Amino acid sequence: MNASLPLNTASAVDCAPVLKERGQREVFCGLTGIIWLHRKMQDAFFLVVGSRTCAHLIQSAAGVMIFAEPRFATAIMEERDLAGLADANEELDRIVDQLLERRPEIKSLFLVGSCPSEVIKLDLSKAAQRLGAKHGRQVRILNYSGSGIETTFTEGEDACLASLVPVMPELPASAPPNLIIVGSLPDIVEDQFLRLFAELGIENVASLPERSVADLPGVGPNTRFLLAQPFLGDTAQRLKERGAQRLDALFPFGVQGTTDWLKVAATEFGIDLQHFEEITLPYQLRADRAIAHQRKRLEGKSIFFMPDSQLEVPLARFLANELGMVLTEVGSPYLHRTHLAQELAVLPAGVILSEGQDVDRQLDRVRATKPDLTVCGLGLANPLESEGLCTKWAIELVFSPIHGFDQAGDLAELFARPLRRRDVLRV
Amino acid sequence: MQLSVWTYEGPPHVGAMRVATAMDGVHYLLHSPQGDTYADLLFTMIERRDKRPPVTYTTFQARDLGKDTSQLFQTAALDVVERFQPDAMLVGASCTAELIQDDPAGLIENMGLPIPVIPLELPSYQRKEHWGAAETFYQIVRKLSDKSRTRSPIDGRRPLVNLLGPTALGFRHRDDIVEITGLLGHMGIEVNVTAPLGANAGDIAKLGEADFNIVLYPETGDLAADYLKREFGQPAIRTIPIGVGATQDFVREVAALAGVDPEPMLQEGLSRLSWWSRSIDSNYLTGKRVFIFGDATHAVAAARIASEELGFTVAGLGCYNREYARDIRAAAKLYDVEPLITDDHLAVEKAIKEAQVELVLGTQMERHIAKRFGIGCAVISSPVHVQDFPARFSPQMGFEGANVLFDEWVHPLVMGLEEHLLTMFRDDFEFNDHSGPSHLGPGHSAPAPEDFAAPANDTETVWSEDAQRELKKIPFFVRGKAKRNTETFAAEQGVATIELATLYEAKAHYAQ
Repeated sequence: MNASLPLNTASAVDCAPVLKERGQREVFCGLTGIIWLHRKMQDAFFLVVGSRTCAHLIQSAAGVMIFAEPRFATAIMEERDLAGLADANEELDRIVDQLLERRPEIKSLFLVGSCPSEVIKLDLSKAAQRLGAKHGRQVRILNYSGSGIETTFTEGEDACLASLVPVMPELPASAPPNLIIVGSLPDIVEDQFLRLFAELGIENVASLPERSVADLPGVGPNTRFLLAQPFLGDTAQRLKERGAQRLDALFPFGVQGTTDWLKVAATEFGIDLQHFEEITLPYQLRADRAIAHQRKRLEGKSIFFMPDSQLEVPLARFLANELGMVLTEVGSPYLHRTHLAQELAVLPAGVILSEGQDVDRQLDRVRATKPDLTVCGLGLANPLESEGLCTKWAIELVFSPIHGFDQAGDLAELFARPLRRRDVLRV
Repeated sequence: MQLSVWTYEGPPHVGAMRVATAMDGVHYLLHSPQGDTYADLLFTMIERRDKRPPVTYTTFQARDLGKDTSQLFQTAALDVVERFQPDAMLVGASCTAELIQDDPAGLIENMGLPIPVIPLELPSYQRKEHWGAAETFYQIVRKLSDKSRTRSPIDGRRPLVNLLGPTALGFRHRDDIVEITGLLGHMGIEVNVTAPLGANAGDIAKLGEADFNIVLYPETGDLAADYLKREFGQPAIRTIPIGVGATQDFVREVAALAGVDPEPMLQEGLSRLSWWSRSIDSNYLTGKRVFIFGDATHAVAAARIASEELGFTVAGLGCYNREYARDIRAAAKLYDVEPLITDDHLAVEKAIKEAQVELVLGTQMERHIAKRFGIGCAVISSPVHVQDFPARFSPQMGFEGANVLFDEWVHPLVMGLEEHLLTMFRDDFEFNDHSGPSHLGPGHSAPAPEDFAAPANDTETVWSEDAQRELKKIPFFVRGKAKRNTETFAAEQGVATIELATLYEAKAHYAQ
């Protein structure tokens, strides 16, 4: 293990040394987020304007094709769209007409930019305006880019949510304070958080996104928001520009993270600390019990994170602080220094942080480190397993409910399962 | 632009990956953005490969575009040579890199790399995966085959053949090769090279030494076989040995070209399918309506087996690859069905629904469609999912392949003996079609409760209570058809209310 880049937790976190890498990457692009975003926003349709590769990516990353006609599709550009024979804008309009005719129940349509549409500079914001003027009565038309030249995996969600901020209703300075949970969460987790805030006595809590795009929460100078995900830099910036204030907290993973996340909001909303303790203690104890089952298996085991979703730092903090795992390298496609400041401060000393990727060199480090568990993408997992390394596929961490007190045990279990399986197998 | 929900084929560079991944010592440098790396998981997850595909993606980003993406490409090329030390390198661009026009071929030419480099021009906005695989394989053969290594005089030696077309991620390619190699071995014929699957640069160099070629997968092997015919004068066999009859045809053709006697093989090698299909339990297979869709090669082969070897009725036939539409059209004539040439899975879904079939033979798309309709399905063609890469030996080709097909196609149907029991116990309180066939789990294929009051057609006919009760006794998988036929019959006869008798009169009218 390369110990030359320790994280100095005593000094200011903003100068935490990081291994910055610039090389070949092995990560998804932002289009992948459509897979969970379309399940969350039930009145929305996602139309990727891209190539056959984009269409193939989404269906391959989704893994299964459960839905005969899902709420996403690709407008596949063809030779004549590029050769100028057909005006790409006219073609797009035709495709959108065709789509809305077939799916009249759609209330919001996201035009999603891709690498090819960005490179040929097809202006989807203009297209959204133009199509909005035509179809505005039936459907709201929005746009964002999920292109791989600009977004990495979860940054697609950031771009999508950022595109919603300008259309959130305006709340006046006289409006009562409201709280927005920012980040697409599984419904069950979102409901748990809403119940917790209600128990704490915080009213006016909403989510971005809501289950229906039509129900976007209002935003104004009395709006406070909590990021539920670490990868929402642009969305947070846009919310700030609309007067909302970000509440700086750990991310709600594990007991430590969830407690801090809730507590920051409780403090901001003037909730009595003793009341906070009374309400949250039973949840904390229950989560502790659930986590304890996995601690035996994970304690002292080393873990290596390949960059994937930007969830790496908060998850590493949870695994180190609550399960006793030993962090080797924690790689992330991008480290948002401001949003991760608190997380970085409570990471154990000696962790190697890496940002960006040079996949072959990083794999050399994995092989040299021989971690007990490597968190990596689907393209790398089986090859590493065949080399004798134990892996956890990172994408499951994005698809599964892992936030909050009542998922803390499940989250620990996701990491314990590959190790348990190793112990069980005798083949 | 084309609106697409699910696609049957990926872009052409994925076809090139299927070739590179199939081979040993061939590396593919792909000028592409980071998102294109998703394609690795097709091989590592769906096919469960234990190595990363030999592909290096340059993964340029937006900030590189204004600067020097060609420098990025050249640096990556040097890295590939140093790290992986391949015997040959393919270079090309994915859809986005095609737009920025860095010209990988030109860039690489000036670098003087110490290994053979094969530039690929795969137009992403015109072509698809199969074509990409075929073109890549052809370019590899053109570049790496040694023109001085040609076939030697036959005196005394065993005839030599090449097996062309199998790739990574191919449907049962792994097992087909084993089966066909074994079959040829029985006939005294030796395989010179199988490619691309399992071949290295040295193998490609000696392709010219074979007496003739066998194109097992025309979609990926045809272009190379045409080239080998031009360059080395090697004839090619294009009869696909899927099914008993086709395998017999294949054996005869191979024997004729190789100058060996086919009869011992034909006598010995008959598949179990023939007897299984003639045994009386298989009576119930007669006339079962099947819908067939896939790549053209597998679909055409499946139609012949369905019709001639299992006694099914081919009720629909189609393919998603237009390049081979002619084959489908010709076959569709034989079975008197309308050929369906489309890569729009919604059109396929509609056709399946309209065809009123009891079995679907298709790709993973049709598997999902069939599941939703509660119709049995067997997968016969790529694209396929992880469960269609079985651990056991299960070829589609050759005599053993025919055995596999019998099992896999008949399995989704209700067994003959069981169907007999279903008829006997249809109204039994715990064994009726609402509780579902037990071995498939509750509700697996039971249809949603039907609204008997509503006519299936746009007619005004009304069902009497007696007739409705009787209709419910008809097995669910043919009930829809019976209902429609009866209503059409009633409308034609001017009968306003369908009585018990009308039902049976209609049945007699439509009996064949």
